[in-house]
Amino acid sequence: MNAPKPVLDLFSSELRVVNFGLESFGETLAGLGVPVVQVDWRPPAGGDVAMIAALDSIKNARIDVEAANALAVERILKGKPVLVGIGMARDVVPGMRPNLVLHAGPPIVWDRMCGPMRGAVIGGLIYEGLAKDRSEAEKLAASGKIDFEPCHHHAAVGPMAGVMTSRMPVWIIENETYGNRAYATLNEGLGKVLRYGAFSEEVLERLRWMETDLAPVLAKALERHGPIDMRSTIAQVLQMGDEGHNRNRAGTSIIIRELAPHLVMLDESREKISKVLSFMNANDHFFLNLTMPSAKSVVDAARGIEGSTVIIAMARNGTDFGIQISGLGDRWFIGPAGIVNGLYLPGFKAEDAAPDIGDSVITETSGIGGFAMAAAPAIVKFVGGSPADAIAFTERMYEITLAESEAYKIPALDFRGTPTAIDLRLVVEKGILPVINTGIAHKDPGVGMVGAGLVKPPENCYRDALVAFAEKYASTGGKR
Amino acid sequence: MKKVLVRKDSYFDSVFLMLMSKELTGRPEVVDANVAMGTPMNLGLLSDSGYPVADFAGAGANDLIIAIDCATVGGLETAAKAAEALLARKAAPRSGSGGKAANPRDLSGALERIEGANVAVISLPGAYAAREARKALEKGLHVMLFSDNVSLEDEIALKTYARSKGLLVMGPDCGTALINGIPLCFANVVRRGTVGVVAASGTGLQEVTCLIDRFGAGVSQGIGTGGRDLKNEKVGGLTMLTGIEALAADPATDTILVISKPPAPVVADKVVAALKAAGKPAVVHFIGLAADASKNPEGTIRWATNLEEAARMAAALARKERYEKRTFDLSDAEIHALIARETSRMAPGQKWIRGYFTGGTLADEAWILLHGLTGAVYSNNQTDPAFVPRDPMKSTGHTVVDLGDDAFTVGRPHPMIDPSTRTERIDAERNDAEIAVMLVDVVLGYGSHADPAGALVPSLVGARAAAAKRGGYLAVVASITGTSGDFQGFEKQKAELEAAGVVVMPSNYQASMLAVKIMEKVIAK
Repeated sequence: MNAPKPVLDLFSSELRVVNFGLESFGETLAGLGVPVVQVDWRPPAGGDVAMIAALDSIKNARIDVEAANALAVERILKGKPVLVGIGMARDVVPGMRPNLVLHAGPPIVWDRMCGPMRGAVIGGLIYEGLAKDRSEAEKLAASGKIDFEPCHHHAAVGPMAGVMTSRMPVWIIENETYGNRAYATLNEGLGKVLRYGAFSEEVLERLRWMETDLAPVLAKALERHGPIDMRSTIAQVLQMGDEGHNRNRAGTSIIIRELAPHLVMLDESREKISKVLSFMNANDHFFLNLTMPSAKSVVDAARGIEGSTVIIAMARNGTDFGIQISGLGDRWFIGPAGIVNGLYLPGFKAEDAAPDIGDSVITETSGIGGFAMAAAPAIVKFVGGSPADAIAFTERMYEITLAESEAYKIPALDFRGTPTAIDLRLVVEKGILPVINTGIAHKDPGVGMVGAGLVKPPENCYRDALVAFAEKYASTGGKR
Repeated sequence: MKKVLVRKDSYFDSVFLMLMSKELTGRPEVVDANVAMGTPMNLGLLSDSGYPVADFAGAGANDLIIAIDCATVGGLETAAKAAEALLARKAAPRSGSGGKAANPRDLSGALERIEGANVAVISLPGAYAAREARKALEKGLHVMLFSDNVSLEDEIALKTYARSKGLLVMGPDCGTALINGIPLCFANVVRRGTVGVVAASGTGLQEVTCLIDRFGAGVSQGIGTGGRDLKNEKVGGLTMLTGIEALAADPATDTILVISKPPAPVVADKVVAALKAAGKPAVVHFIGLAADASKNPEGTIRWATNLEEAARMAAALARKERYEKRTFDLSDAEIHALIARETSRMAPGQKWIRGYFTGGTLADEAWILLHGLTGAVYSNNQTDPAFVPRDPMKSTGHTVVDLGDDAFTVGRPHPMIDPSTRTERIDAERNDAEIAVMLVDVVLGYGSHADPAGALVPSLVGARAAAAKRGGYLAVVASITGTSGDFQGFEKQKAELEAAGVVVMPSNYQASMLAVKIMEKVIAK
């Protein structure tokens, strides 16, 4: 007879209990001096039978999901984004062409675009010289001669409307570990800007200046400086009160500090150099367009791993919110873009807000932004007001992620790594949605930013993705 | 006037919700109240009962639903406030603990809080319990699965997996265990000793462990298996076998006691083989299965014919004493006097016995003994379908009802927790002039009501008074499953019953046998 050793171990050790359900059972044990932990249990997936079935089916999938996720986690943790230069979109962004307009979020046709997105498209077409005014641009956009594709399909990301056309200069980020690159336009500043759907002459003028002056000057300075290690830069800014999405003050300062000594050495007029420095200094979010492609380059390396449930993209186009899963190829799972629950700049209110928009949620996808809220006490008013609220937000995110960043640490959490690699299964099973920090665009084109806050992604896209995953990887045999 | 309050994202366990529903319904201004989680089924029930759908639009399974029906608007407001107060009372200890981190939401979170956890106690709704049990087993924890409504398929899968890892799955539907002397769920304070018990019956395990304590021995381990473990061939007694093997190897166990309803024959053979292989003295009681006296003892195995005898045999082995068979603690003369006293004032026409039980196995023991006498005892636990009452809510002829059966626990707690299931039934049936004897159990211990005898006595007194008023006499016989260490106090409970004129016998077997003797006399009249 084989004695069951674990049972004998139980007989010879102190009883230590995890209690699910009736608290009185746990209280009785605690009263007897038995160490006991009560689980604050909730029905998995909110009690949704179809979701529980999908989760169970994934558990018995025909592929080793844990191993696939371990690989995805390794790729994300090891990714090292480096800023290597600035180029023109038409030269460096894969697949870029003259009649192509890239936009934020999942795919969308002109008819379904929201106000700020349409405004940005109009501005982009005029900027490219494809149309001379609004009505011509609108006609062209609706004509079918212009292709609209997500930035995400071209290794790029764009904040808010995220419109990128071929003549725009872009940051080039290289993931040094895996060799893949990611791109984003340079940040235009605040107020009336293309990414909020503005296309007035002032906006176009600035875009032209960015193309002719800003980008070349920065490119030369960067060349003198050499590649900038974005991983260690982001690690620094998280310890200086940025979370990498809604607060970029520290990051912007660091970039200015890095480039300033090289800027002043360029063979350019003092006015030109001063304008470049002033432009960066006037825009706290200048750094956002660097964190975004950095995050993109890191997460992209975990794309397309068979059997992985790691979320490798979340993005919004102002109409839809969409996500992509590593093990499900380039398929998008979409739901309606939400309304941001936030604080408004003076003179604006909730009725002015456009639905959630932009690719900047790539920061949360990579484990910073809202996931690193505990690092940014200066902006805790967005999440309830106190640093404790911010810490609670970050701590909750550990429940839906598979790993902790080895580079990005949070001082307030005793330098714990940020929650990294979101697992689709955990999101659905626990009913905990990713926390997303974001800016709020005015619903009318061209007004600009009206506030910032938190947005709740639509739950259905996670559920749909889970069902699709379960279907794709369903075990054919009856193994259990 | 109907209103529904929704509390977003507030999960409560079902027993709390049922007790809260009851407390609200009991308020004078409330016509009806239902407190539940907002599952699609519950929401459907509310709209079917005419509650305004707009009140709970958008509610989900994580949201608490408080549906109140009152005669007046003022009543609604008062009741809503009362509901809030009840919820606050529940929330208080946690918020009052100041700075203590919130409880973990799942097993992995829990395991970060407690090093070396070795048992998961699971009393979640059955549909979810198996998933959590599986996770616990994967993490190497033994599982006490209190939940019922776990599918047979899940039970087999869990137990097969547990067996491959050498882990115990106690349950599903396992109400009682005593591990390392610690009572789990519904269990009594029992002296530690050398008898290791494995039982496919919760109240059976409670009864034998209490009696072993009373007979001067003690219990090393009390392992529950859940009712289907031996009965179902596919489950195949997997937990029972793991339990026997562990007790065989456990140096603190000298005697093994096995309690179960009659197992599937294949399983019975496996159990016997395992006990023989164990090599330690063993006692087996298959409830309702006549022991073959010629096969007693069979090697190291002794066969007992009732729970008390099982406990006596095991205690005797543990104490290295001779087992002496007997029926009553009282002498024959005392028993005769008792029977005479209880029957002398009965009116003609009093002829039925009614057993109202909270313990399933105790009910089984009673109906089986009584059926042997009369050949016609109705019970919801009857094995002969002809004697399963069509309406479980009503007694007819001789009836022994197990009020812990699923039919009585839908939407309300088990009668060991909430005695009203039983008292309402007794109150409803006390005007039946043909009742001669009532037989009841009183189960003490952790998990049970704080004063089960006190809660039962008014109904028994009422029934006895009703019989007296009709010119008859109602005999009430009871036994108490418990020890002097139980927090309800065995002696106190006994005194309460005796003060009400109840004959309290030392065990369920003796109470049932006294009832049999009284009924013999009644029938002879």
